[in-house]
Amino acid sequence: MASNGLKIAIVGGGLAGLAAAMKIAEAGHEVDLISVVPVKRSHSVCAQGGINGAVNTKGEGDSPAKHLDDTVYGGDFLANQPPVKRMCDMAPQIIYLFDRMGVPFSRTKEGLLDFRRFGGTLHNRTAFAGASTGQQLLYALDEQVRKWETQGRVNKYEGWEMLSLVLDDHQVCRGLIAMDLQTLELKSFAADAVIMATGGPGLIFGKSTNSMTCTGSAVSACYQQGARYANGEFIQVHPTSIPGEDKLRLMSESARGEGGRVWVPKNTADTRSPKDIPEDERWYFLEEKYPAYGNLVPRDIATREIFQVCLEGHGVAGENQVYLDLTHIPAEVLTERLGAILEIYEMFVGDDPRYVPMRIFPGVHYSMGGLWVDFEQRTNIPGLFAAGECDYSIHGANRLGANSLVSCVYGGFTAAPSAIEYAKNIERGSTGTNGIHAAELKRQQEINDQIVSNEGSENQYKLHEEMGKVMTDNVTVVRYNDRLKATDEKLLELQERFKHISINDSNLWATQAVPHARQFWNMLQLARVITLGALNRNESRGAHYKPDFPERDDENFMKTTIAEYSDEAPVLSYEPVDVSLVEPRKRDYSKGKSKSN
Amino acid sequence: MSETKGHREKKRLENPPSTVKFKIQRREKEGAASHWDTFEIPYRRNLNVISALMEIRKNPVTVEGKTTTPPVWDMSCLEQVCGICTMVIDGRVRQSCSALVDDLLLDTGSDTVTLAPMSKFPNVRDLKVDRSKMFDHLKQVHAWIELDGTYDLGPGPHIPNETAQERYALSRCMTCGCCLEACPQYSNDQYIGPQAIAQARLFNMHPTGKITTEERLNGLLGDDGITNCGDAQNCVKVCPMSIPLTKAIYETNRDVTVNALFGWLRK
Repeated sequence: MASNGLKIAIVGGGLAGLAAAMKIAEAGHEVDLISVVPVKRSHSVCAQGGINGAVNTKGEGDSPAKHLDDTVYGGDFLANQPPVKRMCDMAPQIIYLFDRMGVPFSRTKEGLLDFRRFGGTLHNRTAFAGASTGQQLLYALDEQVRKWETQGRVNKYEGWEMLSLVLDDHQVCRGLIAMDLQTLELKSFAADAVIMATGGPGLIFGKSTNSMTCTGSAVSACYQQGARYANGEFIQVHPTSIPGEDKLRLMSESARGEGGRVWVPKNTADTRSPKDIPEDERWYFLEEKYPAYGNLVPRDIATREIFQVCLEGHGVAGENQVYLDLTHIPAEVLTERLGAILEIYEMFVGDDPRYVPMRIFPGVHYSMGGLWVDFEQRTNIPGLFAAGECDYSIHGANRLGANSLVSCVYGGFTAAPSAIEYAKNIERGSTGTNGIHAAELKRQQEINDQIVSNEGSENQYKLHEEMGKVMTDNVTVVRYNDRLKATDEKLLELQERFKHISINDSNLWATQAVPHARQFWNMLQLARVITLGALNRNESRGAHYKPDFPERDDENFMKTTIAEYSDEAPVLSYEPVDVSLVEPRKRDYSKGKSKSN
Repeated sequence: MSETKGHREKKRLENPPSTVKFKIQRREKEGAASHWDTFEIPYRRNLNVISALMEIRKNPVTVEGKTTTPPVWDMSCLEQVCGICTMVIDGRVRQSCSALVDDLLLDTGSDTVTLAPMSKFPNVRDLKVDRSKMFDHLKQVHAWIELDGTYDLGPGPHIPNETAQERYALSRCMTCGCCLEACPQYSNDQYIGPQAIAQARLFNMHPTGKITTEERLNGLLGDDGITNCGDAQNCVKVCPMSIPLTKAIYETNRDVTVNALFGWLRK
């Protein structure tokens, strides 16, 4: 089955990229799908708890309007509201589509889809497949896209990494350059439009809940070629992760959605086993402070509370850890509804959470910021689109749990028709495209050659660790301007030292040293965007918290931060937020929900 | 081991060594000869094989003091859900992210961990292999639901939760290749292997998927088909997701037989 003409390149094969690929193939066009790993192994598999959609099967009077309100309120009024509304309206259809694709969602006695509660809402709105929902949704799209692959509509380039865009003389995107990670061969991909769907940049923080592929490198390349990057400073730190040597493993919010309780011993010197500490000697600090939402306050709030409790010395055994307790729930219920995540904990820590309270601490998890897009997922570069975590559009200053999966699919479903519409109307092979692919290919090859020939004393993996540490220490839960300034200076120092790395690998076949060097450079650029965005925003909103500026300042900062690349430093500007649907109000989760609609 | 409410407490390494050795099988590229390098790193608690490899990569010097190339391996999620980091560790195929060094040392009673690439797939370099064949197998068995379109057609069919849970167990397959590495029948192109058969079963169990059962079974009738299963049952022992692979093979075999006997009636 031949396609009817258009060729669209998609970078990234997670939920957003595959959603777009499926729609484009279905519309009769051809897709080149470029992914650093086989798409079935994309980071979407790590999403655990579920996908939000106001299907309202529990007689709670839930509606897309309430989903919209929860999302923009949870996001502390930094998201443009029209696309959020469109996502919430589409969400029930998205869940039904996955149901039709055969996703083994958990079901009710009647055989209907079951829903559970997640943070930042009072409704049961989250459809789930055990506790590996992201994996199950990704697999469903992977299967559908594989079908299109057998029909010649989708060409997969797995094990390829995008290095740069190919732009013509008018700054119009005409394709991209990618590198085969086995041979290091560079290839130019001509395309009528390019959709970025590469996920988040968690590796900038060294250890995070992200997969090792989440470098943000390709997005950073777009930024360095003129794409705007928005709200970079909004980094979600998940309240509950399992600290590890190599990464911070996620402990899903669904653990609290199913009734998990967060506590510490009231007596900080209490050395008893948690099971032996009686109820009245436990401090359930979230439930005490937020009686309506309890353990299910939004993530930024839960994270700050846990962080603060530990900072004040109340952490379990005086360390940076609190209990997340499920032991009051019957083991068989936990196994069915949370099995996958409890296995992860048991596998890596050695305790069975069905019988022993888990020890958890916050960890970098998600970027609300990303490539700037308009309401049709178009970036400021004509021909370049973005969807999923790598775009900034939906979550404002803080993302609600189980909204990421739905935003990925919404983004892909919106970017696909938008890219098709654009591609139909451009002049193809027009003047100015001659030779641009060859020229960009040459430029990228020269960068590779330079990296390979460098013989310095610096070790790139050690530099990466230094970046991760300074970013985690200064640009996560609590932010101070002097430390942000010092962080930027450190990043500049690392940029300088990067010029003196040696890749330490004489065998270039399938080497990981050259790709890592390129990723690391790109991460440094985005790290500056995150840090300077935070420095400039003198207020506290959602995940961005400055003790010196503890209040939200709508007058000066109910604005989207826009970063544009320059050789010296990111150039920051601000754009008003479209709050035409839900009037901004103060966020307060200590009481029941304040009225809006 | 103490026990409370059916909960067994894990046995832990009591007297860890001060350093741990990693004996790694190296290969420059596909087709090149292989050799072994041994590296030594300081012992730390909570070390897994991946963090040990990261440590070695930073400074790849062998125990003999020879500077060599950094070992190459695949990794991504580090939560045993993407399947990419599979390798043979102390003789057993598994994911390297969830292989905790304490447990390995406890099991072998030594201070050395041995790492080798999976042997049933092309060895790209060091510990990295190419498993694209497994994805081809998924094409061969039409491992998907046929949709009329992705536009809004309302919810899918009613499904009992028991069926959903049974399907979920099969649907957790991350195409890691453990079952194929352990299967004595799987080599070259002689047998499609457990993973693809279980995926065929996954879709044949779905009310919509049932409609195209025959297409999936057709993919299992060739020379490399389901009848090659020798019932060694190694697959189910090594599957990291505890997928009931032998049950799926048994049930699919039954469907194949029924289809062969009665399929012509529908023609």
